Amino acid sequence: MTLAAPMQELRASYAFVERNINLTKRYWGWEVVWMLYTIANSLAVVFIAQSVNTAVGEDVLTKATEQELILFLAIGALVWHYLAVVFETVSDMISWERWEGTIEYTFMAPVKRSTHMVGTALFSLVYGLIHTAVVLVVIVVVFGLDMENANYLSATLVLVVGSLSLVGIGIMGAILPLLFPEKGSQMTHVVQAALVLVSGVYIKASEMPEPLATMSVFSPARYVIDGIRGALVDGKGVVDVAPTLVGLFISGAVLIPVGVYVFSIGERYAKRTGRLKRNG
Amino acid sequence: MTTNPATTATAPQMEAPMTTATLAEPAHTPARPLSDTIAVEVNDVTKVFTSRPGLFNRKKIGKRVVAVDHISLTVHKGEIFGVLGPNGTGKSTLIRLMSTLLMPDTGSVRIFGFDVEKDEAEVKRLINRVSVEASFFKKLSPMENLMYGARLYSVEPGLARRRIAEILRSLGIEEHSIWSPMEDMSRGMQQKVAIARAFLTAPVLLLLDEPTTGLDPHSKREVQAAVREIRATHDATVLLTTHDMQEADELCDRIAIVDTGRVVALDTPAALKAIVREPGGPEPSLEDVFLKLTGKKLEDADKVD
Repeated sequence: MTLAAPMQELRASYAFVERNINLTKRYWGWEVVWMLYTIANSLAVVFIAQSVNTAVGEDVLTKATEQELILFLAIGALVWHYLAVVFETVSDMISWERWEGTIEYTFMAPVKRSTHMVGTALFSLVYGLIHTAVVLVVIVVVFGLDMENANYLSATLVLVVGSLSLVGIGIMGAILPLLFPEKGSQMTHVVQAALVLVSGVYIKASEMPEPLATMSVFSPARYVIDGIRGALVDGKGVVDVAPTLVGLFISGAVLIPVGVYVFSIGERYAKRTGRLKRNG
Repeated sequence: MTTNPATTATAPQMEAPMTTATLAEPAHTPARPLSDTIAVEVNDVTKVFTSRPGLFNRKKIGKRVVAVDHISLTVHKGEIFGVLGPNGTGKSTLIRLMSTLLMPDTGSVRIFGFDVEKDEAEVKRLINRVSVEASFFKKLSPMENLMYGARLYSVEPGLARRRIAEILRSLGIEEHSIWSPMEDMSRGMQQKVAIARAFLTAPVLLLLDEPTTGLDPHSKREVQAAVREIRATHDATVLLTTHDMQEADELCDRIAIVDTGRVVALDTPAALKAIVREPGGPEPSLEDVFLKLTGKKLEDADKVD
């Protein structure tokens, strides 16, 4: 078995990474706006923890428990932002190309669809990590969080390995704008909203009401968020989060090929019905 | 640097004609031997589009459009083959079927012996397409857009950068425009960049879907010269759709006239005109041929469409 073909596909996947980097540079003004929006959004969530005592009119939270709640919400907001960036970048790969009018050019190119998706996913991971790191720094500075106990290595590992599952779900989500040119992009937000609801972003999954608690068992995002809370709050090391890493890796290893397969069915349907056309 | 006489003779406006040296070699090894003489073989192809009733509005009536109606044609290697007809007669659908962007409902399309459905990967390595609307990332520069294309087609990046600049300059794109966003360029310039992108990957079959529609006469001549150039210098086969009679007459070796999804005539421009030539009468045009064969003028057919 020769490695030449996979290497050629890997090199071709860089086309999508480089293209997205160039687009990010060209849209730098909007990137700044997006970053400010993300920071504002995350701060708004975390401020809830600071306002609890004022809202109920008595000191139900001590200073220490208030800090714990701040950290709990901050991690939820940050991790969800990261996972949302990965999911959106992958699922929007079709709607973006359709909007630009390049969808037919890209689909006519001699690269496998998996190469297209790997390139898009690689970019989304790096972009998401940079974005999240900036927001994390702002939150730590604004709220004066004590992160001495945090284990950043295991947190990053959980985040990156956990992203694989979201890439798989994102690829399946990308079918929606492929098959429904007018409203498919908005429909991916429904998938995203369902994930945020059942993944224990702002409430512990174990404390969610039924049937949400049962549904959360099937959400990979739940294990990513739990794993990162363990790493950043409890300082769990790589060995401690290893079972989570293995589970997330298996989940990603299943969901990505399933996503590519489901997408290929959608692509064939789009080619039969003429839905690849640039304007829908 | 060699000059192609065909280009300079017919398009003196082109500042620096393309040369073979500016074209990248195809980065592929076909899985099977290519057909020696037949570039495109369309065999009894039909394509029908059906719009379904709305999901929430079942009363909305679905529409059925026969875009390609049992078309058969053969394009020989090295030809410039024209598909001539008014808007909405299935020309673009035919090109999309050849580009692997659509699947035929019935019949088959083969490119150099490869079936567009079964051998999609092989077909994709042999073709490139320029559409009526230049499809680019508008915020990116021509260099960035073409580098994206070069990587997709496995052209070595260093070589691609040099050749992109060469090809764009040869098509009259100014140096500063090479690095500026595409959205700052005129449509004619964008279309030339689209042609350059197709040249960069050195396709053996170039599919041009109304590449000169909406261009000013000067840009139109430059694009037409570029088409002749790629055939002359790179032994490429060109399939061109157009509703410009003069363009088809001047550029194409053979022409298929299509109307309502069907081929109504297929021959050389001279042979087609001979159909309507009257003894002692004026030299007929392809417009006369179209009128005779379809019973309508091309402009009228466009308006109805």
